[in-house]
Amino acid sequence: MIFRRVGAGIVVTAAAMVAVAVGAPLVVDEFQLLQLTVFASMCILALSLGVVWGYGGILCFGQSAFFGLGAYTYAVTAVNVGESTLAIALSLVVPAVFAALLGYFMFYGRLSDVYLGVITLSVTLIFFNLTNSTAGDAYRIGRARLNGFNGMPSLPTFNVPGTPGRLLDPTETFYLVMALLLIVYVGLHALLASHFGRVVVAVRENETRCELLGYDVRRHKMLIFTLGGAIAGLAGSLFANWGAFVSPNVFSLTTTSQIIIWVIVGGLGTLVGPIIGCVVMQYLATELGTQQLANTSLIFGIIFLVFVLLVPRGIVPSVGLLRARLSTARARPAAQARHGA
Amino acid sequence: MTDPILQAIGLSIRFGGVEAVRDVNLCLAERELRCLIGPNGAGKSTLFKLLTGQLQPTSGRILFHGEDITGDHTHAIARRGIGIKTQVPNLFDGLTVREHLWLAARRTNARARADAITDEILERVGLGPEAGTVVGRLSHGLRQWVELGTVLAGNPELILLDEPAAGMTHEEVARTAELIREINRTHALIVVEHDMQFVRMIARTVTVMHQGAVLVEDTMDRILKNSAVRDIYLGKHGGA
Repeated sequence: MIFRRVGAGIVVTAAAMVAVAVGAPLVVDEFQLLQLTVFASMCILALSLGVVWGYGGILCFGQSAFFGLGAYTYAVTAVNVGESTLAIALSLVVPAVFAALLGYFMFYGRLSDVYLGVITLSVTLIFFNLTNSTAGDAYRIGRARLNGFNGMPSLPTFNVPGTPGRLLDPTETFYLVMALLLIVYVGLHALLASHFGRVVVAVRENETRCELLGYDVRRHKMLIFTLGGAIAGLAGSLFANWGAFVSPNVFSLTTTSQIIIWVIVGGLGTLVGPIIGCVVMQYLATELGTQQLANTSLIFGIIFLVFVLLVPRGIVPSVGLLRARLSTARARPAAQARHGA
Repeated sequence: MTDPILQAIGLSIRFGGVEAVRDVNLCLAERELRCLIGPNGAGKSTLFKLLTGQLQPTSGRILFHGEDITGDHTHAIARRGIGIKTQVPNLFDGLTVREHLWLAARRTNARARADAITDEILERVGLGPEAGTVVGRLSHGLRQWVELGTVLAGNPELILLDEPAAGMTHEEVARTAELIREINRTHALIVVEHDMQFVRMIARTVTVMHQGAVLVEDTMDRILKNSAVRDIYLGKHGGA
């Protein structure tokens, strides 16, 4: 029953994405279209943690490490090659390889969850400090100067594969990002429905039982962690392309905590949840940025606390729960609500 | 006599000053049904953990089909064909009953075959009506069946059952005993159990453990008459 409902949910979500992709360029102005493009890019980032944490049960505090690595890989490659195709491909490969290495040491070393959080967070902060201290002529990769905390400006943006002179305009970029978001979303659902994906979820539920059934827990965790790294890296290249700019901020504590907030607000253990959480929080961030009354980070902190304390499941699972409850048990609503909290 | 499926040779494990399993030698023939009894703390569950690689022995060796599996990873041992139902059921609380059996069956079978095995086992252990239920919501007795079904769906050659009848009603115990005899036609089993009535229903050869070591190994009848066994174990349950 649950599976069938989720199946319908996937179709609805995918249809909504197609509708936005097709409809938005017709009704919104260019500035808003650029906003939507960065929202969609961040949704891909949210999905990467949504699958690693929500389905793999791996609390990665440093998902921004892979995001930033993807962004910097894109920047360095695009500057050197002058063409975006290879840069985009490498922005998936480099973070994936790095995630596989990091995952190998963490999962094959049998580190517990707490250490996992500490290590992943440390890794992203190391990248943050590292990139911050690369100011000056000495720090260059090929023709690309890293520029330390000033970041790398005027990056080559996406072009039609094979023709460096033919750049994508904002509408085309929007189509591309929406298409990638759709592919990642549907692809992840397909993966989770596969044998591998079902074992990943089983590992989250009970590692011992998985091993007793003959599944290599370490391998499954490493693979899903690697995939999450690749997807975050892709989001990084989209982000770097969006502003034609990348700076150490992609590795910052703010970036990494934002990803966690998106997933918590939207709903852990779903894929549409992180997307909704990401869009809602980014919209809020944009709106809050236009006023001076209260600090945006402060409000985000409050929202985070409210969700952790009052809506720990996040928006999507809570709405689903509420609907199920309304339809099945109208009696004793008070007792039910208490139970659910 | 056929070649043994499982051999434990001088198996010991020490936790600090406590030797939980002490120099245990065990030899199990193909399709043998062995009952393992002994008071609490005798080392039965620890022995199971050693056999499945969840714990590494301090000394001694474990042979499966004559091959040394000592020190192998838990999942590698499971892949060789040893399945276990643990004392406290190890289940995926957020997943359905069907998903449990399917995951076990799917490791060695193609998708369609795994689906068929899942249906077959659901029927066999009588969990059909609960197939779609999330396991975290089931009673202890039903959870025992889910874990038993999960082990069966994986179709391991050797099945270890740690207190399969715990928390079950009389009828369920009888059904479990029947199921174990049925499984035994094609599989080797080691069953740890406290319920002596249950042991009598299924037992041929019984191994008695006491303070980490094997005290005696014999037929059920002789075990019941053994005064040493009575002193350490059956004495307290003489009426059972």
